[in-house]
Amino acid sequence: MIGLTHYLVLTGILFSIGLVGVMRRTNLLMLFFSTEILLNAVNIGFVAVSKFYGDLSGQMFAFFIIAVAASEVAVGLGLLILWYKRNGSVDLNSLQMMKG
Amino acid sequence: MENYLYTALFSPLVSSLFVAVFAARPKMLFTGIVASLLIAVSMICSFVLLVDVNTYGPLHVTMMDWITAGNLEIPFGFVVDEVSVIMMVTVTLVSTIVHIYSIGYMDHDKSFNRFFSYLSAFVFSMMILVMSDNFVGLFIGWEGVGLCSWLLIGFWYHKHSASWAANEAFIMNRIADLGMLMGLFLIYWNVGSFQYDDVFAAAPELPVSIVVTIGIFLFIGAMGKSAQFPLHTWLADAMEGPTPVSALIHAATMVTAGVYLVIRAGELYSLIPHVGFAIASLGAFVAVFAASMALVNNDLKRIIAYSTLSQLGYMFVAAGLGAYWIALFHLMTHAFFKSLLFLGAGNVMHAMHDELNIKKMGGLYGSMKATAILMSVASVALAGIYPFAGFFSKDKILEVAFNEGAYGLWLALFIGAGLTAFYSFRLVMLVFFGEKEHVKYGIHPHDAQPFVIYALLPLGLLAIIAGFFEPMFEAFVTRLVSEYHIHIPHATEYLLIAATLGIALSGIGFAVYKYKRGGFSKSLEDKACYRLLSNQYYIPKLYECYIMRPFTVLSKFVWQKIDMKVVDFTVDIIAKCIYASGQEARKIQSGNLSDMLRWMIVGMLVLLAFAIVYSAMM
Repeated sequence: MIGLTHYLVLTGILFSIGLVGVMRRTNLLMLFFSTEILLNAVNIGFVAVSKFYGDLSGQMFAFFIIAVAASEVAVGLGLLILWYKRNGSVDLNSLQMMKG
Repeated sequence: MENYLYTALFSPLVSSLFVAVFAARPKMLFTGIVASLLIAVSMICSFVLLVDVNTYGPLHVTMMDWITAGNLEIPFGFVVDEVSVIMMVTVTLVSTIVHIYSIGYMDHDKSFNRFFSYLSAFVFSMMILVMSDNFVGLFIGWEGVGLCSWLLIGFWYHKHSASWAANEAFIMNRIADLGMLMGLFLIYWNVGSFQYDDVFAAAPELPVSIVVTIGIFLFIGAMGKSAQFPLHTWLADAMEGPTPVSALIHAATMVTAGVYLVIRAGELYSLIPHVGFAIASLGAFVAVFAASMALVNNDLKRIIAYSTLSQLGYMFVAAGLGAYWIALFHLMTHAFFKSLLFLGAGNVMHAMHDELNIKKMGGLYGSMKATAILMSVASVALAGIYPFAGFFSKDKILEVAFNEGAYGLWLALFIGAGLTAFYSFRLVMLVFFGEKEHVKYGIHPHDAQPFVIYALLPLGLLAIIAGFFEPMFEAFVTRLVSEYHIHIPHATEYLLIAATLGIALSGIGFAVYKYKRGGFSKSLEDKACYRLLSNQYYIPKLYECYIMRPFTVLSKFVWQKIDMKVVDFTVDIIAKCIYASGQEARKIQSGNLSDMLRWMIVGMLVLLAFAIVYSAMM
């Protein structure tokens, strides 16, 4: 029987993967992927808890997150493409213009 | 009536503030005139108040609440009663004359305006001191007087000796003020109020030991202001200030404050006669001690300064023995002839181009007749010759000492009277008569401007006639302070008067006789006792060796070892730690997004850990 615990463990694993990706990856595109994984891990958690308690607000939140993530990716990818056109690379190590 | 009170009190303040506006400017004659006029206004109001108090009785006003905190309530209150009005009249009268005199005296000084600003502030502080109806107001005036004396003694601050003397006066007064402050704390602790009325009403119920402690502490304060032994050295060194300041300090605004305090707290001291007797003994000691130093000094102003010290001793004898009105009477008459002496000395100084050594003067009578006559009058009054003012007050003090059965004190004062007569006339003889020593130094003395001489005339007149006000004065002042009855048989009394007059006259006669023939031989100056006296009993030296030097060493040790190596070091360490941690933490700012994300995650984890620990604790 698959219970709440399984879902939460899955959420945890996915979140950790995303976190490691955020920390380790230097490619900006990969960073976006990792962020998506983080967001969706949280989504799974929300939906599972919502179903478990019979409270719809969790699922509502998940929808909001999906919408926000979509718009974020749209803007982010736009900027990314612009950056690639200008510099020919999306490596984070080349992105150090703000260094003090 | 209240308006007169406020005018008398605040016109010196107005004068000081108004003149202060022009303090940095070069000499402007009108500042001196305006200041003199405003002090004169204050004097007139004081005289009106004197008449009013005589007719209607004391006046007590509360201007406003000043300090109200918890149980402590101190109003800005002023009282004009028989004692304070006498002080006001004396202070403002002498101050007015000193102000007018200063217009002439400070004529060539480039800080003319500044001088008048300080002078008026001095008068204002003294007015606060004498008019306040509580001990805190008195203390404010007390400190104000101390501050103004510092400003004025160090008026020519570019001279090292002047700024040194100013600091000495200030620091000595500060030491004594600590005693005064302790007395005030004890009063508040035990009575819960600073109002004179409350304190004196509560005093008889207090334990005797407390009253004794309060009395001693208050007297320590008075000792500093009135320059009693062992805090007397500042008074002679204060001669570094301009001469009008000396006149003001000695006659009106500063040294009398200590005597005033003892008279004002008379109801307290009458509960503890043994403390009063100790005060009287110290006074008698100082009377002789200071007079002996004046015998051999060659500095014109220092001789007069020591005579003030000696006369203050007389006042403390009277006040200590409970004869408050006599102390106040001597304070008043002394103010007149002492300010006259000082202002005359100022004329002599000007004529001699600031030469102070009386051995280099002589024969000045020919060129400065008016000053010579005025100073001789003041000297006769100081010596206590009938019918001059000093006779009446000084003789009364001797009678008091005799009446109390304190024959030792009487003898000391008796000898003091002889010494006083001698040194006063030694000064007069050496300055105004005898050989014209100053010719050798190429000085051509001339008398002061006429208006300066006219300004001194009232003082000269008062030095002669003030003594005849004695019965009126007694009747007036004893309405407030306790009466004092002398139970000596008339025959003895006349004998005492004759004896005192006799010793004073013989002192004068001896001085005149001796200095007419060229004074004492040089060999006297090598004698041990002469050297002892001319070095002021080696007391300044003693203070320097045993107090100042060890204190300097201690201060240096504390500065170099404790302050620099401990306090500063600790503070520096804190600064260095913060600086070093900043240096290290700068490396976090690498500009790399990955690094930032990592730090963000670290921060998040830390916060998470906090949250977990916190929730576990709850």
